[in-house]
This record gives sequence, C-alpha cells and structure tokens, in this order.
Amino acid sequence: MVTILNQSKKETFGTTQRKDLWWLEPLVYAIGLGLFLLYATWAAFQGKNYEFGPYLSPFYSPLLIFDWWHFSPAFLILWIPAGFRATCYYYRKAYYRSYFMDPPACAVSEGCSGEKYTGETTFPFIFQNIHRYFLLGATVLLFFLWSDVIKAFNFNGQFGVGVGTVVLFANTFLLTMYSLSCHSFRHLIGGCMDSFKCGYQFKIYEKISCANEHHMFWAWTSLFMVGFADFYIRMCSMGVWTDIRLL
Amino acid sequence: MASPYRMKNAKFKVYRGNASEGQEVEYTVPVEEGMVVLDAIHYIQKNQAPDLAVRWNCKAAKCGSCSAEVNGKPKLMCKSRLDDFNLDEEINVRPMKSFPIIKDLACDVSWNYEVNKKIKPFTPKENTNWIMKQRDVDRVQEFRKCIECFACQNVCHVIRDHDLKPKFAGPRFFVRVAGLEMHPLDAADRLSDLKNDMGIGFCNITKCCTEVCPEDIHITDNAIIPLKERIVDKYYDPFKMIFRKIFGMQ
Ligand code: SF4
Ligand code: SF4
Ligand code: FES
Ligand code: FES
Repeated sequence: MVTILNQSKKETFGTTQRKDLWWLEPLVYAIGLGLFLLYATWAAFQGKNYEFGPYLSPFYSPLLIFDWWHFSPAFLILWIPAGFRATCYYYRKAYYRSYFMDPPACAVSEGCSGEKYTGETTFPFIFQNIHRYFLLGATVLLFFLWSDVIKAFNFNGQFGVGVGTVVLFANTFLLTMYSLSCHSFRHLIGGCMDSFKCGYQFKIYEKISCANEHHMFWAWTSLFMVGFADFYIRMCSMGVWTDIRLL
Repeated sequence: MASPYRMKNAKFKVYRGNASEGQEVEYTVPVEEGMVVLDAIHYIQKNQAPDLAVRWNCKAAKCGSCSAEVNGKPKLMCKSRLDDFNLDEEINVRPMKSFPIIKDLACDVSWNYEVNKKIKPFTPKENTNWIMKQRDVDRVQEFRKCIECFACQNVCHVIRDHDLKPKFAGPRFFVRVAGLEMHPLDAADRLSDLKNDMGIGFCNITKCCTEVCPEDIHITDNAIIPLKERIVDKYYDPFKMIFRKIFGMQ
C-alpha cells in the first residue's frame, strides 16, 4: 500500500490540498502593506513639502517643531499611528499571515515544528496587549486631524473648498471610522460588561459592533487615504500638481 | 424534463486507511441534482466500498458529525454541494488532519470532550433573580449555535501545525467560555483558566476558525478578541491593575 498520509510526519511549508489560489490574499496584503511602509518611511524622512496653502499632511500633524529636535518632525508623532496599526487586531492577522507565514493561509502547512511557537504569550508579541493605549494616543491625534480639516476650509481668511480639503476630510473621516470600529473601543464601551447599564449603552454598542464588522475595510481604506493625503499635499507643495478650488 | 445533472459523473479521491498508512482511492459517482459530498460518499459506500468508514447523522448541517477536508478545506460534507465544485477535476476527501484517524474518514475527536470537561460550568450568582434583559442575552445566543463539528479545532494552526493540544483549548472552547463569561447571570471567573490552562495567548487571531465555521459564528471577533480584552483588563493593563490595588476591587 502506498503511504500518502502519515499523521506523525511533519509536512513541508506550503503543503496543502487546497486547489484555490490560497497564496493570492497573503501576497496582495504583503505588497499593500510593504508599499505603504516604504512610502510612509520615505515621506517621514523627507521633513519638507508637508504643507501647502491651508493643508497639512496627516503624517506631520500636529506639527511639532522644536530647536532640540534635529530630525523630521514626523517622527515625533508617527510612532503613535504606527503602534496603533501594528497592534491592531486586524493588521495582526494580516501580517502574521503575510510576513510571518504563521499560518500562510488556512489549512496550508507552515512546515515548522510546534514546540517553539509561543503565539502572543512571550516577548515581543505579548506587547500586543497594550493596543488600547495606542487607541488613546490615536484618539488624541484625531482631534488635531479634525482641526486640520477645519483649517483646510480657510483660504487666507476666506471660506473655500479645494480638492485638498476633500482629501483631508475623507482621510480624517476614514481614520475616525477606523478608530471607532476598533475592538478595544468596542470592549471599552460595553464589551467589558456582562449586562448593559441601559438601552442607550446597548444601542451604542450595537452601532460600534456594526462598524467593527467592517474593521478590515476601514483599516485598508484609511491606510490608503492617509498615504494619498500626504502624497497629494507633497505633489502640490512641489508644484507637480495644482490644487483645484471647488468653491 | 431531463435533469442536466443526469449522466454527469464526478471523480472522487477518498482517503482509505488509518493514522499511519493509507492512500487515496479513486471512485466515480453519478451526479444528481442537489447532491452533496456526503451523498457521494454514501453512494460509494453502497455501491463500491461497503467498508468505507464515515461518521454522519443528520445530513442537515446540525449534528456536526460529518466534518472532513474537501479539496483541502475543512467542511461539513453534508453542506458541501457538488455544484460548488469544478466537476471536471477530481474532488479530494480526507479526514480531519488534526485528530488521530481511526479509519478512512472517521477521526477520534475525544480530546475535545476532555477539554470541555475542564471548563467551569455555568455558576449562577447567589440569590439570582432569573430575569434577564433580551439585550444581554442576544450576545451569548450566537455562541449557542455551535454544533461541535470541530472544523475550527481542525483548522487552527496552533493545533494543526504546532500540535499544542495539551496547552491550548482551541477556538470551539473559547466560544463556549465566551458564552459563559458574558452571561449576565454567571458568577464564575474563568479568566485565569483561559490565560493559563487554555492558552488563549497562543491564538494569534489569524481567523481560520471563523473562516471555516459552518454556523457562521464570528469566533474571533465576537468570542476570542473580547475574551483577550478581558484578559488584558485583568493581567496586562497597568492602570487597571493599580486602580484595583488602590481600591481593592477584583
Ligand atoms: S484565530 Fe486563533 S483560535 Fe482561531 S484559528 Fe486562528 S489561532 Fe486558532
Ligand atoms: S464554533 Fe463553528 S466550527 Fe467550531 S465547533 Fe462550533 S460550529 Fe464547528
Ligand atoms: S483592533 Fe484594529 S484598531 Fe483596534
Ligand atoms: S451529517 Fe450532521 S452535520 Fe453533516
């Protein structure tokens, strides 16, 4: 008899009977996240072209300029959204699959032996547990981003709307939805309780749960938009693009 | 009117053997309209291989007995319609990978029952007023849909690849604990068991359990992550820990 399955034997990486394109999703996510990381790092190192007219790039907001800080001001704040996304329950799934191949896809072999695996119980991944504090930091940043949106309507003291205003508004809206749909926020506003205090609390919990179901959507759209908002302002500031006034 | 399915044949490769030795055997099955993989296995059993071992019971996706791997994906065979497959290619049917094979498609899933026994049962609060608000029970209702098919246990890489069975309870039992922990009238505390004995920290929320659940339970989003957050409250949140120390709260 031909032995084709031996449960005690370890399989090599990628062994599966799946016939679909299981590798496509982790590959697309790896490329998407990789491109964003490359662009964001490059943009943060630039330290210039982050303002144009009433617009300020979200990578540089709030704009903190100090004499003692000799690097790009972006680094003073970018660690907050970076930490927020790195510890996000959704992105954890995405990068554990795409970069750590742990697992590469469902029912696809990792090809490694079990005993070394510690999941999120030891350093460094045990630090994923501080996600709620990054949520707090990201919420503070959101206030600054909304104030940037308000400023983006002000063209030398006159009310106006440019394409950049729309871009900054869309970016801040998507980032707000991303934060509101966060699992830690859902826990904070009701998930931590076995019994809701009142009907209003339950209603809010239901709404947040609804947004939470689409957390992946908010995660990707806000990631794309925050990169695009910086790119748009950078292009305008470098004179490559012209900001069109709509109103 | 003649059914378009008549005369069409499907090729199956079914695992025949035990845990240490076996092979995939090819069978050809005539396809009928509305047929599911379990029907095909029954056809093979009736006409070609009467000794083919398979576990099943309801044929209605409700008993959880007929879990297997169809084309490499953990599924209920009675819920896998043939018209969802490309019948020009053969369909592979294998037993669940994460549990010892007894024979052919039947596995020994008794480890799961042992894990289940260790979970603290529902423990009502003292002098419980047995009235609950609908809004409070809605959330735990989802977890009661579980039919114990163990597809989630089978696909979870902590069990499947890393074989951490003794240290890790698995998604099905996080669902059960979530149903108890979030129950408005339950007074028991299972968080320390979850962290230490059931190894919830090994779960890296990669969501394969949710992808395969035939009952569409949002295992990761609604059970595991909320439980992880409760564990952070108790064991990892420094401010909450200080607060509890100062005010002497649990
Ligand atoms: S989300 Fe966690 S429990 Fe579910 S399959 Fe992945 S590692 Fe296992
Ligand atoms: S949670 Fe879903 S996949 Fe897991 S045993 Fe229950 S029904 Fe099956
Ligand atoms: S879970 Fe994704 S931001 Fe909190
Ligand atoms: S036979 Fe009962 S779930 Fe398939």
